[in-house]
Amino acid sequence: MSMLVLEDVHTHYGKIEALHGVSVEVNKGEIVSLIGANGAGKTTLLMTVCGMPQATSGRIILEGRDITREPTAQIMRSGLAIVPEGRRIFSGLTVEENLHMGGFFTSKSEIRKSQAHVYELFPRLKERENQRAGTMSGGEQQMLAIGRALMSSPHMIILDEPSLGLAPLIIKQIFEIIGHLRDEGITVFLVEQNAHQALNLADRGYVLETGKIRLHDTGKNLLANPDVQNAYLGG
Amino acid sequence: MAANNIRHALFCAIVTLIISFPILGLSLEAKGVNITLSGAKTSTYVAIVLAAVAVFVFQIFRDTFMGALGKLPNLNPLAGREPMEQNKRVKLESWLLTGIVVFALFWPFLVSRGSVDLATLVLIYIMLALGLNVVVGLAGLLDLGYVAFYAVGAYTFALLSQYTGISFWMALPIGALLAGLTGMILGFPVLRLRGDYLAIVTLGFGEIIRILLNNWTTLTGGPNGIGGIPEPTLFGMEFGRRVKEEGNTSFHETFGIAYSGEHKVIFLYLIALVLAVITALIIRRFMRMPVGRAWEALREDEIAARSLGLSRTAVKLSAFTIGAFFAGFAGTVFASKQGFISPESFVFLESAIILAIVVLGGMGSQLGVILAAIAVTILPELAREFSEYRMLIFGAAMVLMMVWRPQGLLPVRRVQITLNKQG
Repeated sequence: MSMLVLEDVHTHYGKIEALHGVSVEVNKGEIVSLIGANGAGKTTLLMTVCGMPQATSGRIILEGRDITREPTAQIMRSGLAIVPEGRRIFSGLTVEENLHMGGFFTSKSEIRKSQAHVYELFPRLKERENQRAGTMSGGEQQMLAIGRALMSSPHMIILDEPSLGLAPLIIKQIFEIIGHLRDEGITVFLVEQNAHQALNLADRGYVLETGKIRLHDTGKNLLANPDVQNAYLGG
Repeated sequence: MAANNIRHALFCAIVTLIISFPILGLSLEAKGVNITLSGAKTSTYVAIVLAAVAVFVFQIFRDTFMGALGKLPNLNPLAGREPMEQNKRVKLESWLLTGIVVFALFWPFLVSRGSVDLATLVLIYIMLALGLNVVVGLAGLLDLGYVAFYAVGAYTFALLSQYTGISFWMALPIGALLAGLTGMILGFPVLRLRGDYLAIVTLGFGEIIRILLNNWTTLTGGPNGIGGIPEPTLFGMEFGRRVKEEGNTSFHETFGIAYSGEHKVIFLYLIALVLAVITALIIRRFMRMPVGRAWEALREDEIAARSLGLSRTAVKLSAFTIGAFFAGFAGTVFASKQGFISPESFVFLESAIILAIVVLGGMGSQLGVILAAIAVTILPELAREFSEYRMLIFGAAMVLMMVWRPQGLLPVRRVQITLNKQG
């Protein structure tokens, strides 16, 4: 059963084509990693799913519904959540308020439930509940960004470079949590430069090169693939 | 370091000389058809040189001076205190505000007519600043053409009263709604713009409205403006010596008191006060509602806000519309107070002053904005003795303010919103 399907998606920035016909499929309940070098179009691919910018051709189907032409706000309210690159938490708001923003379109009782759940996943956030989010460390901010995305009880969560600029120990924690999310039944689409860890965790993986999918296999096979090893795993 | 300091100080002193010499030291005199250039008195030249020396000395010892200033512990007795708890602070603030409002209710009966008139103007600026505070302070959209909405409110009342003879109370909601609508219409094309670009477009919009009013002479009377705008009535009672409109009675006859021009002024003041309080309360309410949170989220990080499913269109338009709505409110009151309006009242400087109030007060902080509106409107009046230098003093005060307290008079202390713990 597929959660998210991209069929031959082309995306343009003005006249420049950034994605040249990308097809990706993410099944329910699995972790799919997308790896690629700088400028390969990883973030563009994610943003296209979110509708900013919209795909110029091709189809994007989320849980059986065609969302290719839907506005961003509507897409983001239909069971999909994204943890944007560089965290992008609301630094002037407290941790709790950040979480509440994540549950903007859900009821108060829902918010209460998801908030307790997020604090269970990240006890650290509970300790910092009333602290201004901008004053926390990078790792804590990343936890908050993931927590905020979870507040809308999404069926699928997209993570854009969650390991960016974090210490190895923190990265390990974050990846553990991502694995835990899968156990809870949330589908995860993970975009990473940190190819080794991303593929290790993933059920399946895609390799994106200059706007095209080059390879597509299970995470283990990709890790063992000599081309991938040369290009992304430092030989 | 020392040589650098001296060079910098010399530079500053020379700039002082260059700026002040032509302004103070030279004067143009008209003699018949000719204009002659003549110098000022020797004492003025001495003063200019002394000023340059003062600047030089200050710049050389600036670090020492500033260091000493910072060490003055008694300057701010509250500096070392722990911030109050949120509940206590909110309570104290509401008591303080209630006290101010009650005082303001009785105040006009104790002072002169001129002061009440000025206070009415202050209240109009408070309304304007509170409205702009939504757009700039909360939603973070820099609007340099805010005065356009003020003009729409004022002209709506003026034109409707001229062509249909509408009363103040009817015009108040119509003016505000039309201004709000204008805000929404402006909002659409600028939705994609942010920061500097948005500022320039709104600046242009403000000018378009003013120029339109100026040149559409058949409708608006152009630069001659519109006069004879009626004053508000109290349940059909007029405040003039004689009743202008049929069916109305006059205030002093109904109550059997002697006619006094002050009644009208005080009545207008009270209307402005009530409207300003209503404005403050409504916006306060908005700030605690989800839409207020959405404004803040959009200001903090637009991409993050959109990634949570917030519609950029709805959030920006609501901020623009609500801000413009209250400008329309203020505009109607202004038209009624003046009895005459012309495009000259709605120049860019007005937008700049309202923006200055918001920034000086501390963006997003209601109490701060109210205090700043009072300060910015009254200070130039107090400095009237300095005649032509008063804008100079005003400008200098603003520069100093931004250097020493860039966060504004009363920087916003956000009210945290928490859920009740019980389910």
